Amino acid sequence: MASPQPLGYLRHFTSPGEPFDSMGISAPNLLAVSTENVCRHYQMGEALVRAVDGISIDIRAGEFVALLGASGSGKSSLLNLVAGLDRPTSGAVIVHGTDLAALSREQAAKYRLHTVGMVFQSFNLIPSMSLLENVELPMRFAEVDRRDRSTLARESLERVGLRGRLSHRPMELSGGEQQRASLARALINRPKLLLADEPTGNLDSRTGTEIMELLHSFNQSLGMTVLMVTHEQALAEKYAGRMLHLADGKLVDDVPTDHVSNISSEPVRAPWGETQ
Amino acid sequence: MKFYDVADLAVRNLRESVFRNSLTTIGISVGVASLVAMLSLGIGLQQLASRRLQKSGLFNTVVATSRRDLRNFREQREEGLPPAESPSLNELARKKFEQIPGVVEVYPDIRFVTEVRFDDKPHLTTVAGIPFSARNNDDAFDGMQGSFFSSDASPEVILQKSFAEELLGITPKPGADNTNIVALAKSLLGRELTMHYAERTAYSSGGPSDSTAYSVVSRERALKIVGLTDLDPDSMRGTARARVFLPLNFAQDLHVMQSNLRDTSASDSPSYTSLSVRVQNPNQVPAVEDGIKKMGFSAFSVVDASRSMRQFFAVLDGFLAIFGSLALAVASIGIVNTLVMAILERRREIGIMKALGASDADVRGLFFAEAGAMGLVGGAVGVTLGWAIGRLINFGMNIYLERQHFPPAQIWSVPLWLVLSAITFSIVVSLLSGLYPASRAARLDPVQALRYE
Repeated sequence: MASPQPLGYLRHFTSPGEPFDSMGISAPNLLAVSTENVCRHYQMGEALVRAVDGISIDIRAGEFVALLGASGSGKSSLLNLVAGLDRPTSGAVIVHGTDLAALSREQAAKYRLHTVGMVFQSFNLIPSMSLLENVELPMRFAEVDRRDRSTLARESLERVGLRGRLSHRPMELSGGEQQRASLARALINRPKLLLADEPTGNLDSRTGTEIMELLHSFNQSLGMTVLMVTHEQALAEKYAGRMLHLADGKLVDDVPTDHVSNISSEPVRAPWGETQ
Repeated sequence: MKFYDVADLAVRNLRESVFRNSLTTIGISVGVASLVAMLSLGIGLQQLASRRLQKSGLFNTVVATSRRDLRNFREQREEGLPPAESPSLNELARKKFEQIPGVVEVYPDIRFVTEVRFDDKPHLTTVAGIPFSARNNDDAFDGMQGSFFSSDASPEVILQKSFAEELLGITPKPGADNTNIVALAKSLLGRELTMHYAERTAYSSGGPSDSTAYSVVSRERALKIVGLTDLDPDSMRGTARARVFLPLNFAQDLHVMQSNLRDTSASDSPSYTSLSVRVQNPNQVPAVEDGIKKMGFSAFSVVDASRSMRQFFAVLDGFLAIFGSLALAVASIGIVNTLVMAILERRREIGIMKALGASDADVRGLFFAEAGAMGLVGGAVGVTLGWAIGRLINFGMNIYLERQHFPPAQIWSVPLWLVLSAITFSIVVSLLSGLYPASRAARLDPVQALRYE
């Protein structure tokens, strides 16, 4: 893969000419995520639910991986383990060389703050805050200077096409707009890993495609590792470089796709109107 | 998260549920108000009592006596010169006492029983000399009818209320309402009475002067009634143990023969059985007492009694604070309830914040800040409310006092330390109340919280 150049609207994530390693994004072919026989079992009354049951996968830095499977197959549970929101019952989840199970609660919070960006099916914007405040929120936790974070959040939202919506509250926006704001928020602290839990699940197909192209552009232009949970095989085949099929908490198939180069070779129209 | 951000988010969250949070804050305000109102009345009463006692002269007066005096029951226990060598309590001693630092004035105890005639009727009573300074320093004459003596040597008299009733032939019925002092004043002020007394004069037989010999001459003086006081004649205060008061200098110049004045002549250097030494500040009493003792006299004061009074008020304030705090304790339950409700309502929001990288400490801090903000606002409003309640009680009490013909009194006081302590206490109680909800919010499992609808 040719050395990616940062997209215009993401220029605050990296200075021109700055290698991705220096901003925390690893060079391709290094392992970004590795799970070793990871299990997540829940006790539901007397029944033991094996949400994730001995999954071992390796995801290289810069890969776009789709997690597919029926409801209850363990996709979201695996995503939560990689996000550091949950801890495995057994096995290991290693992200950029760090075993997440060994982290304290405080360290896990720092990991989520600096290493991971999350996008959810239901957007999960805080309803009482404006879009600008929502995007600023992770920077508050990261103790970014007040003036800087306002500028960064404003630029970030303007460049996902929400210039006129800065002071709007989430309820005043369409699903696509909310998801774009959610993406701007997920990327604001420059994560190495973007985790998306059914990001198009609540969107119509046109808006869903728009969001997928955004995700794809981040993956292609920034070399950011993307792990996406989805039900939609077609979207996965079109945008992901690899598809992991899960069933009953187990990995049942690991299929590479050959669409990535095709897509990246085509002009990608970023939602802010620039053509890459 | 930085403090500014915690505070900013906390205020934002409080504004989101403004009605519920306002009700909780009002609860805290009522608690703080009851605490402040109770304590402001306790402190006010203490200050009133202190002022009264200080003005009464009990706590800033040292009574000096000669150790030669056989009636001095403490002389055997005191150190210093033996009684026989102790100096005489005369004008020289009086001047020396006046030079002790902190001493305002020194005056003898002039008090005698004599006959007073009014409307040609005789009345036997106790007459006392009052130093002119009592006009400002002795609350016995606060709210009196008429006026204080025009000078320290004027032939004027102030009457005690019961004696005024006696002069007018009024006999109050037991259990009946008190005679109105204003009506008594109208009948007596400006009128004259005649005092008959025995004057002690130097004995002159043509031979060598004998300081122990004197003669007694019967005299009478017309005195103008200028004032009426309703001071209780049976109280323990020096000024009160009489029913007719004269200016001290005037009384001294009369050279009335009295049992407690030891001088045996009408010379210019009389010897007294006791001198009252008035001190500027009650704190200086022990030093002045020591100074007098070092000169070879006996001295005593009742300053110790003020310590007991302070102890009593400390206990009273403690009780008032406990009762006042009960309402605040109830309000603190309201804070717990509000914050626990907020956790339930904002469960998903907490999950989102954790997913975005908020630490347990960030979430805990946020709930603490919300509790603290409610405490701060509730404390500030409560202090204002308590101040207003105290003021209202004071206002009502003064109307009552006025109707009872008492002078107005300040029975309420809100010092700065009470304001600051009440607000601090309110914040501390609120933070303690936020302890459980904050730690519960911090412990929330983000996966569970994100699933919550």
